[in-house]
Amino acid sequence: MPDSVMQNSFHLDAVPIRLERCGKTFAGGARALEPLDLTIRGGETIVFLGPSGCGKTTTLRIIAGLESPDPGGRVLFGEEDVTALPIERRNVGMVFQSYALFPNMTVAENVAYGLKVRKIARADRGRRVEEMLDLMHLGEFAGRRIDQLSGGQRQRVALARALVVRPRVLLLDEPLTALDAKLRDSLRLEIDRLLRGLGITAVYVTHDQGEAMALGDRIVVMAKGRVAQVGTPREIYYQPADGFVADFIGTMNRLGGMARGGTLSIGSATLPWSGPEGAVELLVRPEDLALAGEADGHLGGTVAAAVFLGDRTRLVVEPADGPALTVDAAGRSELGRGDRVWLRVDPARVLAVP
Amino acid sequence: MSACAQDAPLPHRPAARPPVRPGWAGEPLRLAALLAPAAVVFAAFFLLPLVRLILIGAGGTAGWSAYLTTLADPGHLDSLISTLALSAGVTLVTLAVSTVAGLFLVRNRFPGHALLVALLTFPLAFPGVVIGFMVIMLAGRQGLIGTITQALGAGKLVFAYSMAGLFLGYVYFSIPRVILTVMAAAEKLDPRLEEAARSLGASSWRVVADVILPALKPALISAGALCFATSMGAFGTAFTLATRINVLPMTIYTEFTLQANIAAAAALSVLLGLITWAALAVARSVAGTSVAAAG
Repeated sequence: MPDSVMQNSFHLDAVPIRLERCGKTFAGGARALEPLDLTIRGGETIVFLGPSGCGKTTTLRIIAGLESPDPGGRVLFGEEDVTALPIERRNVGMVFQSYALFPNMTVAENVAYGLKVRKIARADRGRRVEEMLDLMHLGEFAGRRIDQLSGGQRQRVALARALVVRPRVLLLDEPLTALDAKLRDSLRLEIDRLLRGLGITAVYVTHDQGEAMALGDRIVVMAKGRVAQVGTPREIYYQPADGFVADFIGTMNRLGGMARGGTLSIGSATLPWSGPEGAVELLVRPEDLALAGEADGHLGGTVAAAVFLGDRTRLVVEPADGPALTVDAAGRSELGRGDRVWLRVDPARVLAVP
Repeated sequence: MSACAQDAPLPHRPAARPPVRPGWAGEPLRLAALLAPAAVVFAAFFLLPLVRLILIGAGGTAGWSAYLTTLADPGHLDSLISTLALSAGVTLVTLAVSTVAGLFLVRNRFPGHALLVALLTFPLAFPGVVIGFMVIMLAGRQGLIGTITQALGAGKLVFAYSMAGLFLGYVYFSIPRVILTVMAAAEKLDPRLEEAARSLGASSWRVVADVILPALKPALISAGALCFATSMGAFGTAFTLATRINVLPMTIYTEFTLQANIAAAAALSVLLGLITWAALAVARSVAGTSVAAAG
């Protein structure tokens, strides 16, 4: 990996992006996006995460200039108001789920396209295309037709094509969704390394929380056209703003408890407690529920299902009352359906929703 | 052809087969029997007339050299060249008009959209005679255009009974076929490709030249080939407009019915068929998709 090349000749400007009251109502009155205010720092990778129809792609297309926000909304690249500029004059790089490579051009011609449109001299163009292809490990494919490439190679060509023109911002719309799981992981690592190395401001749209956690400096969780939460992956995971975020990111257990006078009652156990008083709903991650013995356990239950995942065994435990709980046990755990288990809850790792 | 099918056992079926499935033993024979009606029809109504036509072409006083000398006749050569030029012109203009209109119709929804598409494809229902009649109504001696130009004091403009009238008529009835093909192909264009090109700085014209036209190319070639072939062989419109119009089908008609020069008519027919078939074959190899001949 020519890291030095990436660092030296391919460091791109880190342009901040500001969205001001950017809403989108489509013809026919459907509200795709509630007015949104968001500042994306220069060089930051921000991930829009949410189920389909949540407004994440609309937001990306507003930043790209493929959709214009409802009147009153503004898009700023640095200090420049680009709201009225169409995409071809915004100097953005775009990468699509479907690759969107030009089928009538070779790999090198695809990558050269943006430079050709910009009327860069042929020699300079050739040098920059070559440099970019090397950076993306595509040198040997320069003369190939697009239909001779695998999905992962195609997406690398799309990245090269978007980056070679030195865009002010890189926009990625579900770039890994069309790939199979193994390729997805390796290309995700490559994209991560690329984005860090280039220092470019990047906006990444996905419905896959794993991708969002791995790539995002910050994640914007969206639902039904609204922002549910903005935060770092850790904040989103450990301090979800509401039940939707908690359920959308990872697996979350819900436990009923009663807090009174500095203690919390769960099942038969009483724990020290400093959270809100009264009947509370507790949110607990599977990895924060520990298996314990009958003596030190807080909650008893029966294993309803055990799924061996290699590095761990995921148990579904049915307590005496309340909804089933998902618990991670060691991979080598021999527990199976019908076994009686006890669970411990660490009150410091529990999130209470009054 | 039918004899061959009867004699030769089908290559993938061993002649001596253990009688596991007794019903299959006589299959080659049965297949041949099933094929026979189709083969008979094909031979009787396609092969025999074609062979006969070719033989008649060579049956005149000049023999087989008639195929060369027919073209040496300046009238015939002239007719061939003007037919080729007319068909090529009709094809280019039709492609240009239909591509613009087809793309517009696919990309824009407006009240009356379906009605407009229906209207544009209406000429499909008309025979050539009716098209010719409509051209006369438009540009003939009592036509609309002539009346208007006369009212404007520019003299009566009449062009229905010439190549210009024929050109107009052919474009009119070629547009529906091409527009439908273009629309079908344009529906399948990936809008992401255009967005990608635009994100790289391409103007609308560049997107058309670099993305849309290359993607439509196979459809345009195949529709253009059909349009060309149809214009080469169409007769009804030319016949309605004027019997003096110098296109190949009219020349064949004249040689056949008025001059009773049956050998020349046959030779010209074969030539017309060959040229049209060659145009379709070239288009098929360039486009890589199936291009069907039309009548």
